[in-house]
Amino acid sequence: MDLYEYQAKDLFAAHGVPVLPGAVASTPEEAQAAAEKIGGQVVVKSQVKAGGRGKAGGVKLAESAAEAKEKAEAILGLDIKGHITRRVLVTAASDISEEYYFSFLLDRANRTFLAMASAEGGVEIEQLAVERPDALARVAIDPIEGVDKAKALDILTRGKFPEEVKDEAADVVVKLWETFVAEDATLVEINPLVRDPQDKIVALDGKVTLDGNADFRHPAHEELVDKAAEDPLEAKAKAKDLNYVKLDGQVGIIGNGAGLVMSTLDVVAYAGENHGGVKPANFLDIGGGASAEVMAAGLDVILGDSDVTSVFVNVFGGITACDAVASGIVEALKILGDDATKPLVVRLDGNNVEEGRRILNEANHPLVTQVDTMDNAADKAAELAAGA
Amino acid sequence: MSIFLDSSSKVIVQGITGSEGTKHATKMIAAGTNIVGGVNARKAGQTVTIADKELGVFGSVGEAMKETGADVSVIFVPPKFAKDAVIEAIDAEIGLAVVITEGIPVHDAAYFWAHANAKGNKTRIIGPNCPGIISPSQSNAGIIPADITGPGRIGLVSKSGTLTYQMMYELRDIGFSTSIGIGGDPIIGTTHIDALEAFQADPETDVIVMIGEIGGDAEERAAEYVKANVTKPVVGYVAGFTAPEGKTMGHAGAIVSGSAGTAQAKKEALEAAGVKVGKTPTETADLARELYKAL
Repeated sequence: MDLYEYQAKDLFAAHGVPVLPGAVASTPEEAQAAAEKIGGQVVVKSQVKAGGRGKAGGVKLAESAAEAKEKAEAILGLDIKGHITRRVLVTAASDISEEYYFSFLLDRANRTFLAMASAEGGVEIEQLAVERPDALARVAIDPIEGVDKAKALDILTRGKFPEEVKDEAADVVVKLWETFVAEDATLVEINPLVRDPQDKIVALDGKVTLDGNADFRHPAHEELVDKAAEDPLEAKAKAKDLNYVKLDGQVGIIGNGAGLVMSTLDVVAYAGENHGGVKPANFLDIGGGASAEVMAAGLDVILGDSDVTSVFVNVFGGITACDAVASGIVEALKILGDDATKPLVVRLDGNNVEEGRRILNEANHPLVTQVDTMDNAADKAAELAAGA
Repeated sequence: MSIFLDSSSKVIVQGITGSEGTKHATKMIAAGTNIVGGVNARKAGQTVTIADKELGVFGSVGEAMKETGADVSVIFVPPKFAKDAVIEAIDAEIGLAVVITEGIPVHDAAYFWAHANAKGNKTRIIGPNCPGIISPSQSNAGIIPADITGPGRIGLVSKSGTLTYQMMYELRDIGFSTSIGIGGDPIIGTTHIDALEAFQADPETDVIVMIGEIGGDAEERAAEYVKANVTKPVVGYVAGFTAPEGKTMGHAGAIVSGSAGTAQAKKEALEAAGVKVGKTPTETADLARELYKAL
């Protein structure tokens, strides 16, 4: 899960990474009140999970609380790369002497963590990495040894940080590492990390990605989920513990196993090329179990998507037996009753497939068509979606 | 022959007394796997009877190895305890640890991988979040259904469990030397490259099928490896062409970040390395069959 800047900064502050005082506001009035409390010059910043906020007009300086209200009015509702601004962060303005870059992240290729540091911050880091790779230090971090002050100083030296700020910046780096580990983050990034005229080091922006697999040891992370910004169908699926991602096509997809479901989406998209360009409407992995309840919950979510005109159930019975899946489909259609209105193409293969197919044949539900192979079933589902 | 696992493998199950451990130990025994015991520190000294076989429950992996000569451990321990279980296997220097557990925090995986490195990589780790490894008719360490197909001369390495099953089913007319699911997490032990290297060296493997999916650059690196080191025919499949950017597609590692990790980039890298890439699992299987028949 990616966090908003204000959430990232709250985590930073909780672990002792210095940030400027600020408050989040969802109305111009709240922004004004926050600016009054902070006093003096403030910055009003759009809170969206996208880069390039400044260029899009989402970050503005205000000299007074009244001006902060005006700026918030302009920024709230602003669309930045498809993300609508629902909140702004009002923070104290800072005098900036220099801007640096620092991050810790997961390095998949090397199966470890990586520190990235540069004395040239405040720019798009992807751009810096391409244009001036020498200016960006990349230092592997041993997950067992971690980052102490000596290691932090080493990273900053390689990132060519100025001598006079290195000591204080190293303290910040150690605290940032503590944030990374303690919160089970896969990314903590400060860009820019600034030096003010008094040589104080402050995180002026913050980007954090948290590992959902570690939620069991972070009950507080649940509160960081922005439920209002979630797609309603995704929220509904999540409440039912389903692994669902909304896409923009017409063929609803249910399958078992992440890889097979991803593959199903692709095969449906190829088939759709011959049927008016219909596309998969979603990713939905019902996992190993595939009980009637899970199948009914999955179908319920998919049939709630008004874009869906046909549904493709693609199951390879590995551990799951196909007869259980077939019974699940039959039961699910009973549970849904008249709410089930879209044609279902079902492809079953693998463990106990004959019995599974027999159960579906016997039930002889008017909405269900069985097709024996994945490619042909995808074609049928696309054809039905296009003809609807 | 086969890779990493054969009929001489002696297998223990960490978490044998849990429901998943018991269920799959039963299936593994039915598939002919030589299961020699299990590990659960709280039930050490007891025995469990699985599929009419009385198995000792040991207090640690080290003790189980000493008593049974085990050289493979299959780990079904819940995510919370998985890191300690894998570290225990590494410290005991067991030859192969197959981590089936899904949902292990990536910091824990990074930690046990670093620990394995520090200990000189004496333990091959497969997974986490994987279906395991099967050398049909010899041994099955994990949850891959043993009845999909039998032994043959295709080697399969895949990030995805169900696509492994699907591909084994598609190629059931030929069969497999070894089929290995390496897992869909961001940090995994055995990689596509490790499996390619072993299949290349295995005299019983003629054609290699590799299945990848979006996220990371493991497929691109595997493509470079194939170009430089693999002389056997390799067929590839990549899932996730229609995956939107920034969304995790089921597997924790399956995510397209910006322009990195796309299925298209992986397909192009594989094709540039001379790997034939199928558009669908069925087409991929057809390509593998053609190459096999042409040998």
